[in-house]
Amino acid sequence: MDENTIICRCEDLTLADIREIIKKGFLNPQEIKRLTRCGMGPCQGSTCRELLLREVASAAGKSVGELEMTTFRPPTKPIKAKSILMGVDNNEN
Amino acid sequence: MLKPEIAIVGGGPAGLSAALSAVRQGAEVMLLDRDPSLGGQLVKQTHMFFGSKKEYAAIRGIDIPGKLISALEDEGKGRFKPLLNTAVLGYYDDGVILADKEEEAMLIKPQKIVIATGAAEKMLPFPGNDLPGVYGAGAVQTLMNVYGIKPGNRVLMVGAGNIGLIVSYQLRQAGVEVAAIIEGASRIGGYLVHATKVRRAGIPILTSHTIKEAYGKQKVEGALICNLDENWCAIPGSDKDMKVDVICLAVGLTPQTELLWQAGCQQKYLPELGGYVPLRNEKMQTSLSSVYVAGDVACIEEAGSAMVEGKIAGLFAAADLGYDEKVEERFLAYSQELEELRAGPTGAKIREGLARLNGGV
Repeated sequence: MDENTIICRCEDLTLADIREIIKKGFLNPQEIKRLTRCGMGPCQGSTCRELLLREVASAAGKSVGELEMTTFRPPTKPIKAKSILMGVDNNEN
Repeated sequence: MLKPEIAIVGGGPAGLSAALSAVRQGAEVMLLDRDPSLGGQLVKQTHMFFGSKKEYAAIRGIDIPGKLISALEDEGKGRFKPLLNTAVLGYYDDGVILADKEEEAMLIKPQKIVIATGAAEKMLPFPGNDLPGVYGAGAVQTLMNVYGIKPGNRVLMVGAGNIGLIVSYQLRQAGVEVAAIIEGASRIGGYLVHATKVRRAGIPILTSHTIKEAYGKQKVEGALICNLDENWCAIPGSDKDMKVDVICLAVGLTPQTELLWQAGCQQKYLPELGGYVPLRNEKMQTSLSSVYVAGDVACIEEAGSAMVEGKIAGLFAAADLGYDEKVEERFLAYSQELEELRAGPTGAKIREGLARLNGGV
């Protein structure tokens, strides 16, 4: 497949970018995420996570289920600072 | 902090059924949904449903939420609290969830929680897949059937599963030309009844075909498709150029399990169920005893089985709080219903996936 294919739209990462980091020896999706920001944009990986996992799996000769999954942290999607400020009074106790 | 007995995340078919089942037991339910109205993906399902009579077969999807909501308002008077425009964004170690309701954050600590967050559409990697005009098929269905917006004039549909077939037909009903439906596999994945309807409407279905690239300057102007051999490799010289302004991806759904990961529920990767799915027992309870699941987040299936799973999850979320009237009798009825829905050849993949999932509990 054409290596200019976009894998992570939010962070503008191509297949070539992912393959390059794999070539350096990184075969852990969580490490690749931290190094490239793949999956750390506004959609929080909902578009690219599976594509990344499949690419790593095929390079590592493993199935997707055998890879270490990336970490999921709140919030699952972008939230405005205003929301948090407005919510302060609601959440005492 | 709000402290409902049961919080349900997601007001689609599974979440609504879970809510109704729990209020019928006598529990107090808070139902959170990010959208301005309840119903989840049912709000755009203008076609009639198959499946079980009890789960609204032969009724249009769009007509189901209203029935469930009026039952909830009636039977759950004072105990049913829907929170709309409310996105749940986090699950913390102490069982507190973070929600954002119209730009006001709130923390909620329910005694039991049912996660019914549904699924997201899968993406396909190909050059040009980031061009405007490349959509998920579900997104196109929302644009057309909820907002009345025509997505374009000529569509290439990628994927001949039920979603690809149904959305193609609905595009046609909306006056949009569907150039072709292409499918990588050598056979159509969706029900024959949908496929024949699409074929009768003059839309070609090309099996063993895939998309090679989308092209266009500012937006999609066309796509190159090609033939695949039995090993899913492109056959040289088989390229065809399709002039289309919309490319719809109907290449499968994946469970939206973010909250389950945050909660630390154990999961297993089973492609036949859509990807990572939570381990759960027959009560639809996850490895975390206060967290239940129902619907597509638990396994990609249909609205009918999502509703029955919702009934089971809601029943036990309530029963585990002490609202256990007739729980065994009701559980038996719901599990039989689920078994019937999964019987037959179309349920084989689900049955095998669930057996593998349970083998790992």
